[in-house]
Amino acid sequence: MTTAARAMAVAVLIVVTVTLQVSIFANLSIRGVVPDLALLVVIAAALVRGPDYAAIVGFVAGLALDLAPPADATAGRWALAFVVVGYLTGLARQESDVSLLGTVAMVAAGAFIGTSVYALSGLVLGDPGVSVRSAFSVVPVAVGYDVLATPFVVPLVVLLVRRLEPAERW
Amino acid sequence: MQPTDPRRSRAVLGLLVLASLTIITVDARRDTAGSPVDPLRTAAAAALGPIEGMAASVATPVAAIPNYFGDVSALRQQNAHLEKANARLTTRLRASAANAHRTAELRRIGMFADQKGYRVVPAQVVALGPAQAFSATVTIDAGTDDGVVPDLTVINADGLVGRVVSAGPQTATVLLVTDAKSVIGARLSESMEIGFLSGEGQLGSDAALKLSLIDHTVSPQAGDVVLTWGSRGGAPYLPGIPVGSVVKVHSSPAELTQTAEVRPYVDFSSLDVVGVITSPGNRTTKSTAMPAGGR
Repeated sequence: MTTAARAMAVAVLIVVTVTLQVSIFANLSIRGVVPDLALLVVIAAALVRGPDYAAIVGFVAGLALDLAPPADATAGRWALAFVVVGYLTGLARQESDVSLLGTVAMVAAGAFIGTSVYALSGLVLGDPGVSVRSAFSVVPVAVGYDVLATPFVVPLVVLLVRRLEPAERW
Repeated sequence: MQPTDPRRSRAVLGLLVLASLTIITVDARRDTAGSPVDPLRTAAAAALGPIEGMAASVATPVAAIPNYFGDVSALRQQNAHLEKANARLTTRLRASAANAHRTAELRRIGMFADQKGYRVVPAQVVALGPAQAFSATVTIDAGTDDGVVPDLTVINADGLVGRVVSAGPQTATVLLVTDAKSVIGARLSESMEIGFLSGEGQLGSDAALKLSLIDHTVSPQAGDVVLTWGSRGGAPYLPGIPVGSVVKVHSSPAELTQTAEVRPYVDFSSLDVVGVITSPGNRTTKSTAMPAGGR
């Protein structure tokens, strides 16, 4: 497979994930919080490929989430949050081998960092929807829900990314 | 796995963070004239909107069980209601509950529209913004191809839903009245007093709006009906659309305005069929208000 074809495949994966997240999974919300599938894809990418790759996947997935309807906030905020998450989880992955518990911890940390960076950027930009109180009520639920969704999403994406790109090439 | 070159790694990170910050900076200055990111947004709406619509229709059999399925934490309260409704609905459920529900909903929206002389484009909610994004927006499956453009009023059979903020060819994004960015001119139907209704950013069935009256000597009563006051030219909100009723009144001598908590008629946790008012219809009310011998 050529590099372009691989990039295309990952892009399709990201589009599908973002679409599912806002349409079908929106029906499964807990207090309005939806499992952040795009974030799980970024973390899975970090587990397989490390910080560089995950940061790029994070940027693209975040931008898709920023632009896909019904998003109405300032664009670039999810992109920034996911770049940070991808890079940090990628670094953490290099420190230790991946165990089941380690993956769950990474997802929890990633969800916490991602949602917090997004909320903080909203506070900085003066988004009226974001307050410290609303952030405190949303972030824990988001972390919990993402951890719950991990066993269904992360192994699938890890397998897919592994198949797509043999590790030696990078 | 071989460790990545830390220098290259940091360069990639720096580049991507810079790119994100640039997009944020460029887009944060968005005003009524739009932002340079808007073409991207429209392109994303054109490309992703139809896919969201497809995904939503694939999910219909699942999501059809339904309107009662919206929010897991609200399930408990809805259970009692569900049981009562269940007996009545079972037969209809078997023969595609969702369609029957939607038809009924559409008929009710149609009746409201006829009564007011509005022209309404029916649409279905295909995607919801997550609470993680701290905004209350939904995607509907009608767009510029159907005559939906920004600033149109969106209703459902129960009352005001929100307004269109952006539209792609086949989908449009609706800002719900519960969003913290949403402010509506409102009128109390009893006293005709005017004020402003602002969203509190809550989602779910317990969402409330905050009403601030302009005249601080008037005190709203619990149970008062709140209607839209209307803007010039009918955009973004047409006048006289029911929004909700007053449930609690807060008055403090220190504040200049009276505030009240308003519970919207629309259940935002189970939004399904909505109508976009594309034309306010004939202006009969204006001409009939003329003095009889005036002409």
